[in-house]
Amino acid sequence: MQFRNQYDSDVTVWSPQGRLHQVEYAMEAVKLGSATVGLKNKTHAVIVALKRATSELSSHQKKIFPIDKHIGIAMSGLTADARMLSRYMRTECLNYKYSHDNTLPVSRLITNLGNKMQTCTQRYDRRPYGVGLLVAGYDDQGPHIYQTCPSANYFDCKAMAIGARSQSARTYLEKHLNEFMSCEVEDLIKHGLRSLRDTLPNEADLSTKNVSIGVVGKGTDFKILDEAETQRYLSEIEGDDKRTRPSDGDAPSDDRPPQDPPADPLAQDPQVAVATEERSAAMDTE
Amino acid sequence: MSMPNKADCFSSLPFWQNGPAPGAFYNFPGTAASSSNYNDCGIQRTQTPMVTGSSVIGIQYKDGIIIAADVLASYGSLARFRNCERVMKVNDNIILGAGGDYADYQYLRSLIEQKIIDEKCLDDGFTLKPKSLHCWLTRVMYNKRSNFNPLWNNFIIGGIEDGKPFLGTVDKLGTAFSDPVIATGYGAYLATPILTKAYDANSQMTEEEATNLIYKVMQVLFYRDARSFPKYHLGVISKEKGVEIRGPIEIEHNWEVSTMGRNQLR
Repeated sequence: MQFRNQYDSDVTVWSPQGRLHQVEYAMEAVKLGSATVGLKNKTHAVIVALKRATSELSSHQKKIFPIDKHIGIAMSGLTADARMLSRYMRTECLNYKYSHDNTLPVSRLITNLGNKMQTCTQRYDRRPYGVGLLVAGYDDQGPHIYQTCPSANYFDCKAMAIGARSQSARTYLEKHLNEFMSCEVEDLIKHGLRSLRDTLPNEADLSTKNVSIGVVGKGTDFKILDEAETQRYLSEIEGDDKRTRPSDGDAPSDDRPPQDPPADPLAQDPQVAVATEERSAAMDTE
Repeated sequence: MSMPNKADCFSSLPFWQNGPAPGAFYNFPGTAASSSNYNDCGIQRTQTPMVTGSSVIGIQYKDGIIIAADVLASYGSLARFRNCERVMKVNDNIILGAGGDYADYQYLRSLIEQKIIDEKCLDDGFTLKPKSLHCWLTRVMYNKRSNFNPLWNNFIIGGIEDGKPFLGTVDKLGTAFSDPVIATGYGAYLATPILTKAYDANSQMTEEEATNLIYKVMQVLFYRDARSFPKYHLGVISKEKGVEIRGPIEIEHNWEVSTMGRNQLR
């Protein structure tokens, strides 16, 4: 009962602080998924994802989905929701190809997707999609990395990482941001893998089983690298210094659910005027 | 008559037909909610074009595409409207010429213009390309013919895509192809051989050579096609100079030949 919130009964309910708690909870779902990284140079866009297996007996869950020959997505969050969105994106691309004999510009697809996702954040009978996407695409305007959120915000990124412990990957990306634009595709993939490796706990490491790499760019249709190619890149980054992994509390954790701002006695939730002190005290003990 | 008070669509309507029932809103004819007798005869689909334009011709030259069509819109064999432009600029890299039913062309033109406006509103740096428009038009035309209600037109689309000239055509059935030389209507019979011959002899014509060739061909069409007119518009598109709609250009003509043989026989 401690975390029960009065203002999260459905997406359309505002909290007095001006927040939509249901939407923020959906944003949390993204952080439950394993990390995925997207980055681009002048000609190519790369997405790298860390795959998880639910048990020793199961295979690793797919994280990267091809959408069209010029677009692929990496997801973090609810896989089922990601599949809904990928089906929508595939349909959009196919329809555009049917009617215009051309590939759908990435920005237009993302705009449409953003509009689709927004409706779920404004209707009481719906829930937001609990998934974040990194969209890698190539069109006449070059390579693109887009990030989408359950809140229906989307961002055109130079590089981005989402998912569990992705702050470490973002730290790596920020540090090396200036190298990406001028580097080759091979180096771009390696940067992606290194940043993904930074999200791992100490005992784990990248392998061909738990890593998935997607590439798209000038003259190359979107493809997910096979095991042999993945292995080649993994062995090439093997010698590199591993960043000293943060002990707990080193990097700011992004794994906590949304917290209300620090209690400010002047900005508390307004109390119902008719409620008596007796009643509010009674409610606290529930 | 079994239903004496039910008017068919040929007889005049009763005085207060479609008037509001007491306490109801006025009921306009033709709307879905309408219970009027106007709709009792079903819908009518295009079975024959009414006001028509004749041939459209198009040819690829060294730097781009030229499309030409005369300014006549005939009502059957009557030269009814003598100043109708049939070549339009779609955007900075597409031009379009239309033959066949003029109203259907006007309808389609408004669709295309709206499509261009919608695209401009997106303001995302992408513009429609000729191949895309050609494909889209093909879908529209085929869809309409599949509903047994075709847009009765022949369209020629010219443009520049990826720095290369593109010339394509669509007809009322949705039949589409692209070729460096295209002529529709009577022009398919009269103009294609001349254009093809010239293109085969020199596929790298200058703009001037191409416009002169088009002039000759339009002249031949005027002499031999009874639904033609000695005035035409040119749509010229090239990578360097962009789109230009020229005209009306007058065709010189001389019909003395028609009486020459007769005079000799007399």
